Amino acid sequence: MTDRVSRRRPRRRVTVVGVLGELLITAGLLVLAFLGYQVWLGDVIVGGQLNGEAAEQSQEWGAEYSDVPPSEAGDPELSEAPPVGVAPANAQRFANLIIPRFGGDYYRPIAEGVGTTDVLNKGNIGHYPTTQMPGALGNFALASHRSSGGGNFHDLHQLHVGDHIYVETPDGWYQYSFRNLEYVRPTGVGVLDPVPQADGVAATERVITLTTCNPFFSTAERIIAYGVYDSFYPRAGGVPAEIASNVLGAG
Amino acid sequence: MYGALWRVLPGPWWVRVVILLVAVAAILTACVFWVFPWVDTLVAPQDVTVDG
Repeated sequence: MTDRVSRRRPRRRVTVVGVLGELLITAGLLVLAFLGYQVWLGDVIVGGQLNGEAAEQSQEWGAEYSDVPPSEAGDPELSEAPPVGVAPANAQRFANLIIPRFGGDYYRPIAEGVGTTDVLNKGNIGHYPTTQMPGALGNFALASHRSSGGGNFHDLHQLHVGDHIYVETPDGWYQYSFRNLEYVRPTGVGVLDPVPQADGVAATERVITLTTCNPFFSTAERIIAYGVYDSFYPRAGGVPAEIASNVLGAG
Repeated sequence: MYGALWRVLPGPWWVRVVILLVAVAAILTACVFWVFPWVDTLVAPQDVTVDG
């Protein structure tokens, strides 16, 4: 029969090196946790909040149309000349972006301006104030974070040609089709021209331009996604069927 | 350090484990909702626009 006391390990003395080592291990674990937050959890949390905020905004806009069933096609009479909103004050939200390729719950607010602290870091997609409004001939150009702040444009490189991009305003939904990607230097302001990369040419089409940084966690380049306007779905006609889950919720 | 922490905690071993788990959960929650978002604005690329 062994003595209980003698089986216990001898108590180790607390040393400076020992405490330092434990602190360093703790710091390492915290950095690891932060990396998990930065590449994954943060955008899940913030993105979920943004989805909810956009849905709330949409319900406000559509309160009087809440019983209209989803529609299958845009209004042909309106698809040639859709309504054009007036640009709001800086940092004010005025639209939502919906891209089915990014998921059945992807629903993100668009605000006026592209300031880092007042617009983009609050999770908004920013509208370049020098570019046109949705529905107007020319270029509706947007910027947002690739990662962090909800990672609104995280999957920009995964768009397929023809993927639909929807912009929701109080009037209804503008549908664009993704056309191509382009990679430019941070100074490549030609992407914001009314006809992208054609300075001084008068616009005859309505395009949407999405800009964010590239590669991930770097600002060396910008990745640009272009879409061309297809049609307009007035709010009175109901939510486009393709984005019913985004707008109305999965339930 | 952690050895000393373990010894000052009261109760049998499973009570200490529960106390530590709650403490770790609280620390991680504070990190995820307050500390990490702030650190993120310092280290994540902020410049996503094109400009001259």
